[in-house]
Amino acid sequence: MNPQWDIIGSEGFKFMGKINASISHEIKNVLAIINENAGLLEDFTSMAEKGVPLDSERLKKLADKIQSQIQRADRIVKNMNTFAHSVDETKGNVELGELLSFMTVLSQRLAAMKELTFSVVSPPDPIIITTHPFLLENMIWFCLDFAMEITGPGKNLHLTADADDQWVSITISGIEGLRDNFSSEIFPGKRENALMQVLGGRAVFDQSGGKIILSLPRKTGAQEDLKPVGE
Amino acid sequence: MRVLLIDDEKELVSTLAERLSFRGIDADWTTSGKEALEKLATTSYDIAVLDIKMPRIGGIELKRMISRQYPHMKFIFMTGHGSEEDFKIGSEEAGAEYYLVKPVDIEELTQKLKQIMSQQGGLQ
Repeated sequence: MNPQWDIIGSEGFKFMGKINASISHEIKNVLAIINENAGLLEDFTSMAEKGVPLDSERLKKLADKIQSQIQRADRIVKNMNTFAHSVDETKGNVELGELLSFMTVLSQRLAAMKELTFSVVSPPDPIIITTHPFLLENMIWFCLDFAMEITGPGKNLHLTADADDQWVSITISGIEGLRDNFSSEIFPGKRENALMQVLGGRAVFDQSGGKIILSLPRKTGAQEDLKPVGE
Repeated sequence: MRVLLIDDEKELVSTLAERLSFRGIDADWTTSGKEALEKLATTSYDIAVLDIKMPRIGGIELKRMISRQYPHMKFIFMTGHGSEEDFKIGSEEAGAEYYLVKPVDIEELTQKLKQIMSQQGGLQ
């Protein structure tokens, strides 16, 4: 390991932990709702045993609510599974529109805690990039995390992707309401630079335009094994 | 005794309120700290049951705000995770016995509410 990989490794674990904690919190909430609805069914049954007539419409609504929470849990677990498998390969083809949508879904609860929303405009034609899937997710997370941290509540962060023959770009705009003590030196920092070096691109924070732009090669040809310089 | 339940999961908090009503507890609910403060301005409550992690105003901050304005009120915290940090803060703010981990056991919550009520001299 060199210092660059040390940063990437430890930051990658933090990213994994943060997303897993958020997902498990969501699952806990789903379980709590199912628990209460099942409990309510139990309450109705107890009341029926005491002679209170059962309201079939109400029972149907309760069953619908439980089914809807089960579907919600299923979506959460599917996303969790997709995220877990993003570490399987060190190099793979990633479609940027799908990736941006996926990252906003993973970060949605954390954004909601800060009263922020996301919008993604998928490119008209799929943009495929050959890269390290997990490291790119990690880099997008750094950008979202930074954007959420410095953007005031009630705002929308807008994600788009664009491409030419050689390069692709990811833009996160709508970054407003900077903290008073904000320093433009914060981003990109050491961890972002380490990752972007491995991914073969660069990250720019355009403070006046309120946006972050990631530029990445379509194929990581220069760094075939996606290892940092010097490895 | 009037109880205000505050949790950003509407399905959870509304069902909890209904189940408490079956147990003889007059419970109202809201899904945010802001709404809770608005309700408190117009209605008198004795106990607030708060989720620790909520958007904008978290449960701990909300408890402190409510305490300042309504010092008679008592609190029970709910959390999705029994993390050590949450437990430490929640216990300090409300007392360890008034810190519940989701899914909440309705009978335990009812018992805690009645316990507070009896300590308060039978609030009605």
